[in-house]
Amino acid sequence: MDFDRIKEKLSILADAAKYDVSCSSSGSKRQNKNNGLGNSSGMGICHSYTEDGRCVSLLKILLTNHCIFDCAYCVTRKSNDIKRAAFKVQEVVDLTINFYRRNYIEGLFLSSGIFKNADYTMERLIAVAKKLREEENFNGYIHLKSIPGASDELMREAGLYADRLSVNIEIPTEKGLKLLAPDKNRKDFIKPMEKVKNEIIQYKNEKSLLKKVPLYAPAGQSTQMIVGASGESDAEIMYTSAFFYKSFNLKRVYYSGYVPISHDNRLPGIGTPVPFIRENRLYQTDWLLRFYEFDVRELLNKEHPNLESDIDPKLSWALRNLDQFPVDINKADMQMLLRVPGLGVKSVHKVIAARKYRKLNWENLKSIGVLLNRAKYFITCDSRIFEGKDRTAAQLKGLIMNSSKSKFRNELNTQLNLFDHQNFQPT
Amino acid sequence: MNTILIYDGSFNGLLSAIFNVFELRLTNVRIKRREYSQQNFFDAEEEIITDTEKAKRVWMGLSKKISQQGRQKIYKVFLSEIPTIENAILHFIKRTFSSEVSIENDYSDPIILEIDKVSKKVDREKHRMDAFVRFRLTNDGIYFATIEPDFNVLPLNSEHFKKRYADQKWLIYDLKRKYGIYYNLQNVAIVELEISSEVNSSTKALTYFTVDEINFQELWRIYFKNSNIPSRKNMRLHIKHIPKRYWKYLPEKRF
Repeated sequence: MDFDRIKEKLSILADAAKYDVSCSSSGSKRQNKNNGLGNSSGMGICHSYTEDGRCVSLLKILLTNHCIFDCAYCVTRKSNDIKRAAFKVQEVVDLTINFYRRNYIEGLFLSSGIFKNADYTMERLIAVAKKLREEENFNGYIHLKSIPGASDELMREAGLYADRLSVNIEIPTEKGLKLLAPDKNRKDFIKPMEKVKNEIIQYKNEKSLLKKVPLYAPAGQSTQMIVGASGESDAEIMYTSAFFYKSFNLKRVYYSGYVPISHDNRLPGIGTPVPFIRENRLYQTDWLLRFYEFDVRELLNKEHPNLESDIDPKLSWALRNLDQFPVDINKADMQMLLRVPGLGVKSVHKVIAARKYRKLNWENLKSIGVLLNRAKYFITCDSRIFEGKDRTAAQLKGLIMNSSKSKFRNELNTQLNLFDHQNFQPT
Repeated sequence: MNTILIYDGSFNGLLSAIFNVFELRLTNVRIKRREYSQQNFFDAEEEIITDTEKAKRVWMGLSKKISQQGRQKIYKVFLSEIPTIENAILHFIKRTFSSEVSIENDYSDPIILEIDKVSKKVDREKHRMDAFVRFRLTNDGIYFATIEPDFNVLPLNSEHFKKRYADQKWLIYDLKRKYGIYYNLQNVAIVELEISSEVNSSTKALTYFTVDEINFQELWRIYFKNSNIPSRKNMRLHIKHIPKRYWKYLPEKRF
């Protein structure tokens, strides 16, 4: 191995890959076989954390940052004057194996700029994964990027070696895509996603009939959207997200606050702060859709196209729908309990288990772990006291905000005054 | 007057001591590791001889009363090495044998709640070692790592590493407790040996490790540095995830 050359390539191609937020290494079923190397059947492991606080679980790199496209939001875009590099297939294999053997990583996350065309690029990514599986008997985690426009045959093959596949749709709206990535087409993103979805369904059907079916992308598919690059509303982001969850059975949608990387006047300029709060509120909304049985139209709609930044989306929904409260903690069904601010999925399960033995009072709720400083305004229990009585939404909001400390308090005070992300419009 | 049973620090030793408590119907009894024992005037100390047969009887007896996880919890809590933890374990086992139904989840008992909390701490330390062990390839072809976990978790890690690194020889050595677990391509065994802390000094690196090893560490550092996004810097979160006491064994945090 020519270490000096590899060091230079690694610094360029790791740097170019870091804006992809996904680092998950869980959810696969691949076990060690024939006393080979690796095992990805357990829970995900974060082997390290970068100084921005993000987990390092996979070796996340681009195969190359040469690219024929010129997407304004992308650091690898054709017109950007940066150093370019490309790994050879064997170099990526060697890096992955040697990092894995030293317990640095759970596996590989390989993406790439698009060189020549989609299929040519996808073939190279597959070649790396195939070599790892077949020549190195590697059973660690592999996440491959599905290249927009790649053929069905290649997507079929990719899923035989990868644990997870993902296509980043990046820009939530078609009009944003047209503005920022004029040579890209929404249909090209959807095509490989559709193929992988169908293959996973087919794998599950065959698995129920036959004993030996080769694994197909056991950790499923995911995607990512950039937040705050194209003037989109929160509603536009989350409606797109809900559509993708539903139509393609995605495991995850990631939201990535736009980090300014260019002076292009279609985009927020360099020095613009990363919209952390907005990103966080979008993740909270995503959780409400996946684990709290909310419909996206309840949280975001024509009257409320954007999330409130000073309170979380569940509290915000509750304050707009006070007619649905108070909820009787000893009688309400699970779906309604999940909607109470201050009750999470775990505490809802505990409440349902515990109320079989006795009627629950404030004391019981507190020891179960319910956050009463919020919940008390929205519930009744085995007690005469009901704190929410005759209070308006604005009063409740004030009371709750005064009694809790947001981890964003600094940002809320300074950042929002300087720059209002919610209403950002590109000029 | 209290009776104090002194045992050798092994898990079988502890279970032997507990067997004696039941056999001799001892009350006002406490159990201590030999290394923590301090003679005093008022208590009667008694040395326990470790007897695997007795230990086994206690362990098998428990399996009839509590779940596999419940037994596992006792073992994990033992590995915490907290000086008075033996008495909590004794309490837990006494209650188990005197009750018709399993008491392992009776969290209204503060000692049982404490046992649950300590076992979660041990779990977390075990998971950290799964994550933070960093192997270095030695000149004689062994992937070698040193650690100093807060609790004695190495025995819990062995299964994870065995499944994962089935085709390489490896040794994980606990510098604090002076023993390691070694995989010879067939089995994992506990090995007791003296390893000089010189093995971690950067000036001596090439005596022990291959040239490629030094290069891969450098590559890992480069990767770590370049995957960070400076405009998202959040050191509080960073340190919360990797507390500073673990840094010295992480090549990416040693510059």
